[in-house]
Amino acid sequence: MNKLKLVMVGNGMAGCRTLEELLKLAPDLYEITVFGAEPHPNYNRILLSPVLAGEMNFNDIVLNDLAWYRDNGITLHTGKKVTKIDRKARKVIAEDGTEAEYDRLLLTTGSVPFLLPVPGNDLPGVIAYRDIADTETMIAAAQSYKHAVVIGAGLLGLEAANGLKLQGMDVTVVHLADWIMERQLDQTAADLLQQSLEAKGLKFLLGKQTEMLKPGVNGRVGTVRFKDGGEIPADLVVMAAGIKPSIELAKSTGLHCNRGIVVSDTMQTYDPKVYAVGECAEHRGIAYGLVAPLFEQAKVCANHLAQMGIGQYRGSVTSTKLKVTGIDVFSAGDFLGGKHCEEITLADPVGGVYKKLVLRGNQLVGAVLYGDTADGAWYFQLLKDSQDIHDIRDHLMFGQNHVGDVGHAGQSKAAAMPDTAEVCGCNGVCKGDIVKAIKEHGLFTIDDVRKHTKASSSCGSCTGLVEQILASTVGGAYQPANTHDKPVCACTDHAHGVVRAAIRDWKLLSIPATMQALNWKTPNGCATCRPALNYYLISSWPHEAEDDPQSRFINERAHANIQRDGTFSVVPRMWGGLTTPAELRTIADVAEKYEVPTVKMTGGARIDLLGIKKGDLPKVWEDLGKAGLVSGHAYGKSIRTVKTCVGAEHCRFGTQLSMSMGVKLEKMLFGMWAPHKVKLAVSGCPRNCAEAGIKDVGVIGVDSGYEIYVAGNGGIKTEVAEFLCKVKSDDEVQEYSGAFLQLYREEAWYLERTCHYVARVGLDYVKGIVVENAERRAELYERLLYALQGYADPWAAAVQQPKEYTTLEVA
Amino acid sequence: MNDWKKVCPLEEIPRLGSRQVNTESGMIAVFRTADDEVFALRDKCPHKGGALSQGMVSGKVVTCAMHSWKIQFENGEAVAPDKGCAKTYAAKVEGGAVWIALS
Ligand code: SRM
Ligand SMILES: Cc1cc2nc3c(=O)[nH]c(=O)nc-3n(C[C@H](O)[C@H](O)[C@H](O)COP(=O)(O)OP(=O)(O)OC[C@H]3O[C@@H](n4cnc5c(N)ncnc54)[C@H](O)[C@@H]3O)c2cc1C
Ligand code: SF4
Ligand code: FES
Repeated sequence: MNKLKLVMVGNGMAGCRTLEELLKLAPDLYEITVFGAEPHPNYNRILLSPVLAGEMNFNDIVLNDLAWYRDNGITLHTGKKVTKIDRKARKVIAEDGTEAEYDRLLLTTGSVPFLLPVPGNDLPGVIAYRDIADTETMIAAAQSYKHAVVIGAGLLGLEAANGLKLQGMDVTVVHLADWIMERQLDQTAADLLQQSLEAKGLKFLLGKQTEMLKPGVNGRVGTVRFKDGGEIPADLVVMAAGIKPSIELAKSTGLHCNRGIVVSDTMQTYDPKVYAVGECAEHRGIAYGLVAPLFEQAKVCANHLAQMGIGQYRGSVTSTKLKVTGIDVFSAGDFLGGKHCEEITLADPVGGVYKKLVLRGNQLVGAVLYGDTADGAWYFQLLKDSQDIHDIRDHLMFGQNHVGDVGHAGQSKAAAMPDTAEVCGCNGVCKGDIVKAIKEHGLFTIDDVRKHTKASSSCGSCTGLVEQILASTVGGAYQPANTHDKPVCACTDHAHGVVRAAIRDWKLLSIPATMQALNWKTPNGCATCRPALNYYLISSWPHEAEDDPQSRFINERAHANIQRDGTFSVVPRMWGGLTTPAELRTIADVAEKYEVPTVKMTGGARIDLLGIKKGDLPKVWEDLGKAGLVSGHAYGKSIRTVKTCVGAEHCRFGTQLSMSMGVKLEKMLFGMWAPHKVKLAVSGCPRNCAEAGIKDVGVIGVDSGYEIYVAGNGGIKTEVAEFLCKVKSDDEVQEYSGAFLQLYREEAWYLERTCHYVARVGLDYVKGIVVENAERRAELYERLLYALQGYADPWAAAVQQPKEYTTLEVA
Repeated sequence: MNDWKKVCPLEEIPRLGSRQVNTESGMIAVFRTADDEVFALRDKCPHKGGALSQGMVSGKVVTCAMHSWKIQFENGEAVAPDKGCAKTYAAKVEGGAVWIALS
């Protein structure tokens, strides 16, 4: 088959990212040709600032070296500017006459700096700050000249000024507005920033309009003159007054342009064969100037170039971080607020800390942080996900650690951590390892960091910290995952919510049918998506969908917990934590007969037999089954335990029969598969000896009935359960808890515990359905009971098929 | 020289499943793909020695049940960025049965 021809004009960050994504999806679809006006392979433009500051050199910032183009069969023309596109003949022509034909054209021409239209703007020594050549000019100028003037106190201007100062120049920053970075900061934060930059030796002239640049004796620029008549000496003038999308080429070939080249949600221009991404593109009226949104565009564009046709780009929320070593500024979203907004501020000008959070309703819509930006990534995530912050509003300002989202209180100042500090306890990864991987492999997302270092890939309690390290290492280029729209895994572009809805709406009944309907990219998925799909199927269509054992993790497949040495553990169910002498005798006999090395009381108030050989499992279960002991599902994303206290049956304080209530609940829920494990507890009075306050559903007996609490968690990060409602009877406890759990089963994403689910949808939403809507509550409860109807003990079934557990022998 | 040993009828290994085989050369994991191809690897994960036979199969890769390394059937190599290799053995289906070659 003849390959299609893809030509890319502009060899920059957005373009090469698109090619990388495309090569992942369809490595053989295109013969690719790239034209770049700069004489270099693709480099990390955002790291020009550290190069100027003398902290890095050019080789450190190359993203795709020449070998990369060669290995991927890409023809690269460096130093060739494309000057003409012939859309009829479908070819592009470069300045030097080089031509290339295309079936698809990708325009990634970036931006051109905006040069103030003042007399003298073409004098030698007047430059913009855009590429490596400009950076080299600045470094060279610093060797021979003294006075530098930077016009424009935006992100770029300040980074240029800081770099030039470090190169030894005397630097003045001239700005038209009344405070610096006015597009990212409010005045309070800006004034603090200005003070610390002044402390580094920078000078500022605010509210000044440049009238002209006058030459000095050598013909080079010598003086900057302002409208108000003032003048200052200048041997180097850096214009950082803004950028405009580079659209001349697109315009000359008749493509529709406004400020940028106008593209649709699929990144196509008005000519469907021509795509545009990056700073040159205008999407829904916005041309972005930061890499994070450009990378999102690249992903979508690659998907369409690969002819998969699923992704859509819907615009981005952006955040900013200034990359001046030693100064922490962060800004995101609608930081000025205004009508219908409320502000929470914290100001400690002496300590050099200022924080402002802008809220609209129950959502965070903007943030400015100065001095302590450790929580920037977290705020940005809340903002991007439009999370309901009502419940954490009173301590929102104090940051993620205060809310307790990560298990590393007090260590949140990622930047200040030494390289040897351990970040991920599960995988033994230190801060230095993470920073090294980020720099060496050019990582921008938490997923990339997970893949390369394993940090945060296990229990996840260090995720917040890893994000902060990422954010402090790559600055504004950090891309927090938008957890709502994040694909289930690399096998698909669809997020959990989409997959769930498709299974329900199209009545999909098997994994292959689902994968086909949703265009899965891999033939049989992977160990991440298959278990999720399997759960969505069996929970959406109980008794109808196929349950696929091969898509379950070994523990669920073998109905026992695998141990590090390959043996298994067996935990029989003890309803409500109750047992009998006969059961105990049977357990003791089994332990002796099969030489079980360890017998232990679990944290779930039952007995664990650890170290059983896989081949012995069916025999162990057969013996246990004779005494009526059934699977405790200690291995499953399913109902685990219902812990109880002795309650009114025996206790002098007991108000309700907690043991019998617990047993009723556990019997009702037997065999309930769920997005994650589910634990309940019933206490007989508010002394709460069964620890109902940290369970998925906690029931506490009071004189007049029961209080029901939901969404607690005693695991990785302790979450106190929230009050759902108060009921009178045992039946109501069953109905309300059952309805809550069914809602969770139907709506949560795989591996979300109840606490994560409720945090995502909001407790009010849950109450609105489970407490306030009697009809929906009854329906949910009914669907739960229907799903669990006729569930048989999986151990008894396995006893009938012992063969699956045996090891085969060959002579 | 390949020393072919008969393991079991093909149906005894579920599609996208695996069985553990005890041989004179140690424990071997035999896998069956969705297309009824079979592969054999030493039943020991190059990471920390987990039994690969207990993992989850997709395509021609098994994801170890212990810490989710992905090991490729065809060469026994871990999928990057992880690094390590499990020994591979030749395997085939013949006459409805699964065979492996110990050598
Ligand atoms: C056996 C037991 C420890 C013990 O000896 O006491 C145990 C053992 C394991 N726990 Fe646990 N947990 C045990 C009680 C708990 C408890 C206490 C409780 O249930 O009251 C908790 C905190 C309560 C909670 O979950 O809210 C607990 C929180 C966890 C977590 C963190 C869950 C979270 O959402 O944060 C994990 C990891 C996971 O599930 O992803 C985990 C995972 C595990 C696994 C399954 C690890 C694994 O994936 O292999 C351990 C299996 C060990 C083995 O080889 O058999 N275990 N685990 C307890 C079994 C209880 C039972 O009878 O079923
Ligand atoms: C100093 C500096 C610091 C920055 N810091 C940050 C930061 O901290 N965070 C952040 O998110 N962003 C930052 N940015 C912005 C970021 O670098 C850009 O958003 C990003 O590089 C844009 O990518 P692009 O592919 O659209 O354009 P570019 O990377 O500019 O690539 C476009 C390429 O196309 C070439 N080209 C143009 N026309 C033609 C033609 N006709 N023929 C051939 N080639 C052509 C250009 O020479 C250029 O190499 C910074 C930018 C600068 C300059
Ligand atoms: S039993 Fe639970 S706490 Fe103990 S080591 Fe295993 S997972 Fe960790
Ligand atoms: S032992 Fe296999 S992944 Fe760790």
